[in-house]
Order: sequence, then C-alpha cells, then structure tokens
Amino acid sequence: MRRLTGAHFTGGICRARMNKPLVAWLIRLLSGVRPIPAELCPAGVAIYFANHSSHLDFLTIWAALPASVRARARPVAGRDYWEKTAMRRRIARNFFNAVLIERQHVTVATNPLEPMLAALDAGHSLIVFPEGTRSPDGRIHAFKSGLHHLARARPDVALVPVYLQDLSRILPKGDILPVPLIASLSVGAPLRFDPAEAKLDFLRRAQGAVEALSH
Amino acid sequence: MQLDRELLWMICGIVALLALSSAITFLLKRRSGGGENKVIANLDARVKAWWVMVAVFAIAIATGGIGSVILFGLVSFFALREFITLTPTRAADHRTLFWVFFIVTPLQYYLVATHWYGLFAILIPVYAFILVPTRSAIAGDSAQFLERTAKIQWALMVCVYCVSHVPALLMLEIPGYEGQNGKLLLFFVLVVQISDVLQYVWGKLLGRHKIAPDISPNKTVEGFVGGVLSATGIGTALWWATPFNPWQAALLSLTVTLMGFFGGLVMSAIKRDRGVKDYGSMIEGHGGVMDRIDSICFAAPVFFHLVRYYFT
Repeated sequence: MRRLTGAHFTGGICRARMNKPLVAWLIRLLSGVRPIPAELCPAGVAIYFANHSSHLDFLTIWAALPASVRARARPVAGRDYWEKTAMRRRIARNFFNAVLIERQHVTVATNPLEPMLAALDAGHSLIVFPEGTRSPDGRIHAFKSGLHHLARARPDVALVPVYLQDLSRILPKGDILPVPLIASLSVGAPLRFDPAEAKLDFLRRAQGAVEALSH
Repeated sequence: MQLDRELLWMICGIVALLALSSAITFLLKRRSGGGENKVIANLDARVKAWWVMVAVFAIAIATGGIGSVILFGLVSFFALREFITLTPTRAADHRTLFWVFFIVTPLQYYLVATHWYGLFAILIPVYAFILVPTRSAIAGDSAQFLERTAKIQWALMVCVYCVSHVPALLMLEIPGYEGQNGKLLLFFVLVVQISDVLQYVWGKLLGRHKIAPDISPNKTVEGFVGGVLSATGIGTALWWATPFNPWQAALLSLTVTLMGFFGGLVMSAIKRDRGVKDYGSMIEGHGGVMDRIDSICFAAPVFFHLVRYYFT
C-alpha cells in the first residue's frame, strides 16, 4: 500500500478544488462546534480574537462563522510555523487565505502590523490569537500588544471576543493524534475602542471579555 | 434473508404508534393556537426525532446482523464522546483516550460481530481496566489519578460495554428461534424505550409526587408506576415475537423497565453533578445520544444474561 503523506492530502485538496462549505461542515462535524448565528457577527469588517490552545482553534472559528462572513475572514498565523513545509504553506495560503506574520525576527521591513492592516483595509475580517502562541496549560495568558496596535490604527473595526473550549483536549499542543470530544465556542458582544484608555487596560479588558465567556 | 412476518408486524405497529403520536401532537398544536407552548414544541421535536430514529433502527435491523452492530457501535462512540467531554480529564490522559475511542471501542464491536463471547464479556472489565490506568501512569501525571482513571473506566463500561450487549443479543443461540434474533433485539429496545415514553406521558398527565427531585425533577411516582406497568403490558402482549411464553415475556419486560429506570436515574445524577441538563444536542428535542440511551445502559446486560442463562 502506498503511504499517504500530507503532501498527497493537500495536493488532493488543491487539485480537487474541494469546496469550502464542505470542509467547514466537516470541521464542525469533527469538533462538534455549532455554527455562529449570523446576528452575532458585525455587518462590517471585524477582528475576531480568541484564546489559543490548539492548532484546531483557527479552523474551528473559520468553520463556525456564517458562510458570508467566512468568505472574507482571514486567519492570522505565524510565518515561522506555516512556511516551514510546502504542505503547510499551501494549506495556509491557498485554502485559508491566511495572513502570515513574522513572529521571531521583527524588523521595520517585516512589521507584522502591515499585512494585517492591509487586509482590514481591503475589507477582510481577521481571526487573531492575542496570546501570540498556544497556551501550554489550558489557561488564558496575558494578551500581547498587537491587538491594541490594530485597534488604535483602525478604531472603527469591531472587536469580537471569542472563547474556545475543549479544543486542547481534542488536539493538545505537541500531539498529532486527535481525540473526538465535543468542543464549544462562545461569541461575545463587540468591544469598543476608547483612545483615552491605556494600552495595558485595554488588553486586560479584551482578555477579560474572552474569560467572561468561559463561565 | 427471508422476510419475517412477525418482524414486519412489529415494525408496522411502531409506525402506527408514531403516526398516532404525530396526529396527537398536531391536534395539541392546533388547540394551543399560535401561542408558543414549550412543552408542545418539545413534544413536536421529540416525535419528529423518533421518526428518524425508528427509520435508522429499522434499516439496521433489516440489513441483518452487521447493520445493528454498526449502528450500536456508532451509538457507543457518540455516547462516549458526550460522556468524556463532560468529564474533566487531564492532558496526560490524551493517549489513553485515543486508545479508548479508536482501539477498545471498535474492538468490542468487532467481538460482537464475530460472536466471540469469551473475550467480549471481559475485554473492558479486565483488559481495558488494566490498560487505562497503565497508559495514564506512563504519561506520568499523578494528580487526581484514581478519579481520572475511574471516570474513564466508567465511561467505557456505560457507553461501550453495556450498550454493546444490545447487538450481542444476535449472538445468542436459542433453540427453535434460530435466525430470528433481530426480533429479540427489537423487542428489548421497544420495551425499554416505550417505558421511557410512557413514564413521560403518565408523569405529564398525573405526576404529583417527585421521586428524586434533586436528581431528576421530571421523574414522579405516578409516571414511574404507570410507565413501568403499561410498558410491561406492551412487552407481554408481544410475547408471540419472542422465544418466551407470556409469563416469561411479562417478567423480562418488568425487569428491563426497572433496570431502565435505574439507568435513567443514575445518568441523571451524573448530569446534575456536572451541572448540565443534557449530555449533548445531537438529537433535537431529546438532548444528546446519551440522554436517549440512558435507560438501555443498565437494562441491556441484564436482559442479555437472563436470556442467555435461561433460554440458551
């Protein structure tokens, strides 16, 4: 029997032009997450920010968004991880239309804000994980300042808190074998950006909005 | 497979019963007018889900043995998924759970499909009992160790071991009843489930005295007595489809309805402990898969062994 590698798998995805509603439905079936009701998603451009504990996080939010919102939503992910192999690059760029940003060697030339702002200006919504990396212990860690920079630069963009539960039990950090539990996802009311608020206060408020959805 | 006239009669009876329920629900909806009545809306959803469940079950039985094994294998898998999701486990249990879902559960149903009774009866109580704590111990996290191990073992016993005794009815060799075990399976599921439905109906009509208000607020003495007696009556009236005489059918029906009640009570206690109302949301109106099969869990192994002891 021929060994089926990841490259075959994604090659198949790209060649067959697998349709996105089907993939979204499959992800929802496997993770058990229900679709987000359309009325919880702002009509215009939005930044969906969530806690981060598993590779499945961005897939799950992407799959749970209403189809019309999903069509112009782009996950933001670390270039160092998603450009490591041809397979990952193909998944991230071709299928999910991810915004890949520099996390390790940030210079003026590779400023991670630029591609994100460009995406917002082009009318795309973003899916971001302000903790910066997957939580190793299931707790929500302090938000990095990226979310604040984005909000200050584009104060009209709606900031939607999302809480993801049990995804790290399905596929924990450092494991490749998933366990088929039922994940859940909660969406909160959009935050308003207040220019007078200090950066740290804003970040704490944003983190609190995600944490509040966990109860 | 030769078309079994008795099996056909049973299925026709169930369809007629469902049609009657749909008609009653329709009349209730009309009488309540445009106003939103929660109980009637839930009843409507429940009856609709019953049509789907009966259709799936009838197809599984019609395909003979393998269809039932696959159906109950999937039921176990989804019930286990709901149960483990509700049960806190730690990161060190991840690989244990992988074994539980993808090795132990399919293996148990493989043993049912191949009629390997000897290993079927001990796979989970003996070998999984050893595997689960060993794999978690190798992962090296001792926090709440006994608690975690016990919860995973319990999930396996309830969702997989107990439920697998339903299709295992097909492996019993009852003299004079060869090739007809599909009817025995249908008889068992019908009596247990109709007991649930009738306890609900009697409870809604006459229910006054709650049996265990802190555990299952909907269970009443009136519902329990009415449901168990009328389901036993229906089971007795179906003796012609089973290898039993009417008295045996009555005693076995009474036993499985009582076990079904115990199962429902215990699964409710687990839900209350975890602070949820339902195990899941897979079946519209009913909750999760586990909410629908809670009564089957305790009744199946008892029914299986009673029939195996006295009739084979």
